[in-house]
Order: sequence, then structure tokens, then C-alpha cells
Amino acid sequence: MNPARKRKIRLVVALGAALCLAGLLVYTSFSASSEAAQPSELREGQSYDLTGKVVNDSVERRGDELRFEIRDRDGSASVPVVYTGVVPDPFREGREVIVSGELTRGRFVAERDSLVTKCPSKFTEDKQSS
Amino acid sequence: MAGVGSACLTVALLTALYAAGASVYGVVSGRAQWVTSGRRAIYCVAALCVAAFAILESAFLRSDFSYKLVAEGSSTDTPTFYKVTAVWATQDGSLLLWATLLSLFASAVLFLTRRSLRDIAPWATAVLACVAAFFLFLMVGWENPFDTLAMVPQEGAGLNPLLRHPAMMIHPPMLYTGYVGFSIPFAFAIGALIARRTGADWIRATRRFALIAWTFLGTGILLGALWSYSELGWGGYWAWDPVENASLMPWLVGTAFLHSIMVQEKRGMLKVWNVSLICATFVLALLGTFLVRSGILESIHAFGASTIGVQMLVFIACVVALSAGLILARLPDLRTEARLDSLLSREAFFLLNNLVLVGLCLVVMWGTFFPLISEALTGTEETVGPPWFNRIVTPLALVLVLLSGIGPVLAWRRVTPGRLVRILAVPAGLTLLTLAALLTLTDAAESVTSLVMFSFVAFVLGVVGQEFVRGASARRVMTGESWPQALLRLLGRNRRRYGGYLVHAGIAVLFLGVAASSAFMEQRDVRLSPGETIRIDDYEVTYREATARLGGDGSGTGAPISFGAVMDVRRGDQSFTLHPSRNYYSTGDPSKGAISRFFEGEATSEVDVRWGLRRDFWLAVRPDLISLEEPIARADRQFADSPGQVQAIVIRTLADLYREDPPPAAFRAIVSPLVAWIWIGGAIAVLGALVAAWPSPEARLRRARSLYAARVGRELTRA
Repeated sequence: MNPARKRKIRLVVALGAALCLAGLLVYTSFSASSEAAQPSELREGQSYDLTGKVVNDSVERRGDELRFEIRDRDGSASVPVVYTGVVPDPFREGREVIVSGELTRGRFVAERDSLVTKCPSKFTEDKQSS
Repeated sequence: MAGVGSACLTVALLTALYAAGASVYGVVSGRAQWVTSGRRAIYCVAALCVAAFAILESAFLRSDFSYKLVAEGSSTDTPTFYKVTAVWATQDGSLLLWATLLSLFASAVLFLTRRSLRDIAPWATAVLACVAAFFLFLMVGWENPFDTLAMVPQEGAGLNPLLRHPAMMIHPPMLYTGYVGFSIPFAFAIGALIARRTGADWIRATRRFALIAWTFLGTGILLGALWSYSELGWGGYWAWDPVENASLMPWLVGTAFLHSIMVQEKRGMLKVWNVSLICATFVLALLGTFLVRSGILESIHAFGASTIGVQMLVFIACVVALSAGLILARLPDLRTEARLDSLLSREAFFLLNNLVLVGLCLVVMWGTFFPLISEALTGTEETVGPPWFNRIVTPLALVLVLLSGIGPVLAWRRVTPGRLVRILAVPAGLTLLTLAALLTLTDAAESVTSLVMFSFVAFVLGVVGQEFVRGASARRVMTGESWPQALLRLLGRNRRRYGGYLVHAGIAVLFLGVAASSAFMEQRDVRLSPGETIRIDDYEVTYREATARLGGDGSGTGAPISFGAVMDVRRGDQSFTLHPSRNYYSTGDPSKGAISRFFEGEATSEVDVRWGLRRDFWLAVRPDLISLEEPIARADRQFADSPGQVQAIVIRTLADLYREDPPPAAFRAIVSPLVAWIWIGGAIAVLGALVAAWPSPEARLRRARSLYAARVGRELTRA
């Protein structure tokens, strides 16, 4: 086989492999992802990454369970959340959080340890609210 | 002084613009004095930035709250150590750090190349000046760190408690040094393209800078992981958070670049690839800086409010468009000088390693930007979590570790299979022995991927060890040196090669720690009352008593209130005591009561870890303040207008109340095997990189000799 032809075959094989891998990447990411939603967009029986702000005076601890409400960023709708597991340090009322879980009978039941908090520094939080 | 600082920035901006203009004019018109002037202007920019930085730093140290930045990010009760670091905890201050580091790096490289690369250096000066000008422009136009307040507050807001950790002091400057460092090879690559000097000169001049940038970026990433592990209270070191990913991407592409430039140096191949890689690295570094500030992706690291996202994005787009255009325009100059002779050669394996590294970077990028991609494609914003990243990245990481064992021992151009077998026989045997030992002596077989990783790590260590032994014994035969002497001399005389081996060994050890700790970690979350005991792995953990300290937690964070626990841990006949705690900071929120505001601010976990080479025992506590709610509410009503001393007594009483009758507290205990090897491996890799970057005496000697030879030659022709 002449070298030019050999190189061409190599190139085709490499490109083909790259395409297959890229396809795999796209496929796995779409099948493994979960939808991000705000409280107003939730539907029963589907799993989501719920984002929103923790409603003031809604946080309540019952044994291992942490209960709080999350509202849309514009404050239109809210949903009660039941959560177990580790609560991140910056978790506070009025902060923006992300938690994964499923809406069952009007309550958002969160997966264990899925709570993530955005962590603004003390000041930038004030800047956002003003 | 704030006015002086502001003026420094404005003058620095004008000087940087002059530097760009002067060096371009100088090189185009052939007037060397303009080029020199442009280079010196860069030194001035550096001096001005350093002056501005010093002014800001002194304002923080003096707690001068007339500076907006100081009032927002520091306070009189912030410990001095953290006053110093608070400068770069803010957006404006971190931009100033960027600009300062960039101008210092640029000055260093331009000083070192002042007598060489006469075609390329002026263009590189212009590129560096433009980048510096952009960051100065951001500060002068939008985020001026020297903004002052009309109403000077009595007290500042204090440094975000989460940032009060020693690793946080050095993590951001390390990352920035890495990001900034990659702008040097980028600028010289662009200069080489414009000047059509596409040989390996620009690579030789900046290789060391790329290596140093890579080292700093890697160290920064590791320190961030260490901070996450010992401060954030969740027990992990890597979460595939967008900002973590943003720092990893330029590191991966930078790693690829460091390997592929060797192919260009030795064989004159991969020229287009190399300039593309360094442009990509620089763009990714900018992207990392941008992601932290834009707020487009949800991340715990993001600076809250941002005003400069659009400007950053426009700048990144310009850099991408200009460098891509330039590469396309110079394609004829970038033609390769050689072809790949054989797939069994060092250059082929380097190419393969490059593809894997760039592939890894693309995977990380895809996952990081998936929320944006999926929203654009399907209309709903979706995210992929850490499990997705782990699944995709693990096989690629395995391949990478294997390649890092094979690549360095192959010869350039071509290796015969027989020779390959001879080189790899001992390491492969060692790998099989390790595999057998792991299968029979441990339960590592439970996780196939970590079993494979352990074997590959053994392989890499075997290869590196064999290389060192071979080299040292060759020296011994020649010189009769003792073993340690031979090893040290070997390392000292061939710094690039053996430094590189050390880096590979370090990375392999790091992956050993990652594989072991992620596959065999045990974790328990429990609620305990004093006197109760739980078991995790072989450990017996007893909650002895509650603690409540005021005015400092003993580790210098300056936390006013700290509640915690004394925990007795037993494992067999070995026993030790851990003191995890949780620090409470007060809030300035006026809606909270006079006493409750001391508990309603930020709270941070102060994890206690029993470090060990075989396993770490990690413990965090989350005290339950439920029993204090009632007394706190009562105190809020009664002592609302009391003077500070009375309130201090009230808080002391509350602390006593908690200590004497603590409700059950929540604990997280983690037994993490071999996790310490992540930090050890990282340290080995950094050491190796420093060895490889250190200028070798032989090279200096060679340079001196060639200069001397040139002079002799000149004088001979004159005579």
C-alpha cells in the first residue's frame, strides 16, 4: 500500500472513531440529564433539578428531615420541599438553591444530599436584593 | 490615596496602549528604538499595577472603610492573615491581581528575550499589552477597585467566612498565575504567526513559561480541592462544578500543549496543532475567568453580581476570531517538516495522548455548558450531574495513565516491537504482580475500574523506577558514584527528562488516591446525643461532650461563636480525639433580633480530620440549635436595647446552656482510603515540574560557549 493511501485510511478511521465518540457523548448526556425547573413549571411524577429561592420563615427541621419552601425567582409560585441529608453551609432563607427530586402529591420530595446552594459573599447578596 | 490608585490604573491603561502601538510601529517601520520603548512601557505598566495593588493592600491592612472594596470585604475583626487575602476575594480586586500578575509575567519574559527573537518579540509585546489594556479597561470603566464611599461606615462587612481557610489564601493567586502564564506562550505564538517565523524558536523561548503556568494552575486546582475537602463540610474534593471545570479545561489543553511542542521541537511536526492548542488554552483561561463572573451557569463559586460579563464575552470572541483567522491565513507557513514514520514511535503516542487530553477537555466542556446547549437545542434547560462526568471521564483517565507509562520510553521516529517488549517487560511483570496481590490480599476486586487503575499506576511507577535505575546504574558504571549521588546527578543533569518522569509518577500516584478514595469511601450521616456511639468501617465513634467557644475557634478564622463536639474515636487498640465544630458569624440584617442576629449570619463547618497515609478519618458536626430557639427569642425581646457588654453576657449564657444540655447533633463521618496520596502525588508532580523548568547549568554553559564561539568567529573574519 502506498503511504498516501495509508494515511488517508488512517484519517478516515480516526475521524470515524471521533464521530462515534461524539455521538456517544451527546446520547449519554441527554439520557442522563435531568430537567431544570422552577416551582411554577413542576409536573407530578417527573424528576427535576428544582431551582429557586428559599421562602423566608419557611425552614423547619423535623428530626432528620428539613422542610422548606422554594419559590420562583420572580416570586410567583412556590412549592414545599422535604429534604434529608447534608445541608450545605451557605443554606439560608432567601438564598438561591438547587435540589433534585420528584413532585409527589403537591410536595417536592428531594433526593438525599442533593441540595446545592449558591454562595454569594455577604455583600454581593445585598447588591442583588437592592 | 484612592485617587492615586485610580490614577495608576488610568495611566497604566494609556501606557499599555502606547506599548502596543510603539512596538507595532517599531517592527513595521524597522525602528528598533520604538520596539525598545514599547518593551520598556510594559515594565512601566507592571510598576504602575504593583503600585495600585500595594495601595489597595495597604487600605485593607489599615481597614480604611472609605474604600468601597474594604468596607465590603473586610472588617477590623478580620484576622490580619485574611485581611491580606480579602483583596482578591472581591471581583474588582481579583481583576487587579490578574492585571498585576500579567504585567509582571510579561515584563519577565520580555526582559529575558530582549536580545533574541527580534522579529517575534515586538508582536508578542503588542499582544500582551492589548490583553493587559483590556483588563485595565475593565477596571477603569466598570469595576474600579478604588471606588470610595461618601458615607464612611464604622465597620466593614468582613471577609466571607467560607473563604477563611489557609488554602484559600494561595488558591486564587495560583490559579491566576496559571491563567496569566499561558498568555505568554500565546502572545509569542501569535507573534510567530504574524512574523511568519513558525519554527520552534517561539516554543524554546516560552516553553518554560508554559511549564510554570501549568504548574501553578495545577497547584491552584489541587489547593481548591483541598479547601473543598477540609472546609466545605461535605467531604469531597471534586464536584464537577462549572468553575472547577473551567479551571480544569485550560490545564488539560495546556498539558497537551506541553507534550506536543516537544514533537515540533524534535521533528518539526504538528505546527498547526501547536498554535491552535496554545490559542485554545489561552481562550479557555479567559473563559475560566469569565465563567466566575458572568452568572450564566449555576455555581457555588460565582461572584454574586456581575457587570462585566458582556465585555469579557466580546473580548473572548475577538481573541477566538483573530487567532483562528491568523492561523488560517498562515497555513502555508505552518506546513509540517516531517511525516509520521511509524505508529510505534514517541510522536505517535504523544499525538494519541494529545487526542485523549483534548477529548477530555471537550467532554468537560460539553458537560459544563450542557444547560446552555440543551436549552438551545430542546428549549428546556437540563443538567448532567457528577455521575455522568465520572462515567465518561473514568475510561479516558485510564487510557491517559497507561499512555503516561508507555509514551516516555519510546524512541522518536520508530521502535521495533522487540525493543518495546524488552523495555516494558519488567514494568508489565510488576503490574501483573500488583494485580495478583490486590486480588488475593485485598477486596479491590469489588471495583473493576479502580482495580485497572491500580494496575496502571503500578505500571507507570514501574516504568519510571526502571528509567531511574537504568540511568543511575549507567552513571555508576561510568563514574563509580554511590546510588543516591548517581540518582541526584542524573536528575540534575537531565532535568527535562527526569523531571518529566517525576511528574508522570506524581500524576499516577494522584490517580491512585482518586481511584481508591472514590471507590472505597465509606460515609455515614447520624444524629448522636452525648454518650452515644456508632460504628463506621472499623471505627467506633463516641460523642463525649458538646463544646461552645466564644471569640475564636482556635484555627484563626476569627469566628465569634463556635459550637462543636469532642469525639472519641477508637480503632482496634488505637484511639484519638477529634474536635469538629461549626462557626457562627453575625449578620447585619436589621430584621433579626438583637441576640439572634449573632446566630443568623453565615455558618461554616470546621471539619476535623485524622490524616493518614492509609486512610483519613473525616468528621463534621452540625449542632442543632433547637433547644436554644426559645431562650434566644426571649433574649431578643428583653435585651434588644442593652449595651454590648450585657449582650455578650447573654451570649455567654446561651453558650453555657448549649454546652450543659446539648440536643442531639448531626454528624457526618467519612473513612476515605488513600486520599492523602492525592496531595502527595500532586506535590511530587509539582516538584517534578519545577525540576524540569529549572534552567540547567549545561544549557547555560552551552549558551555561553556558543556566544563565545560567535565572537571568536566574528573576530576571525575581521582579522
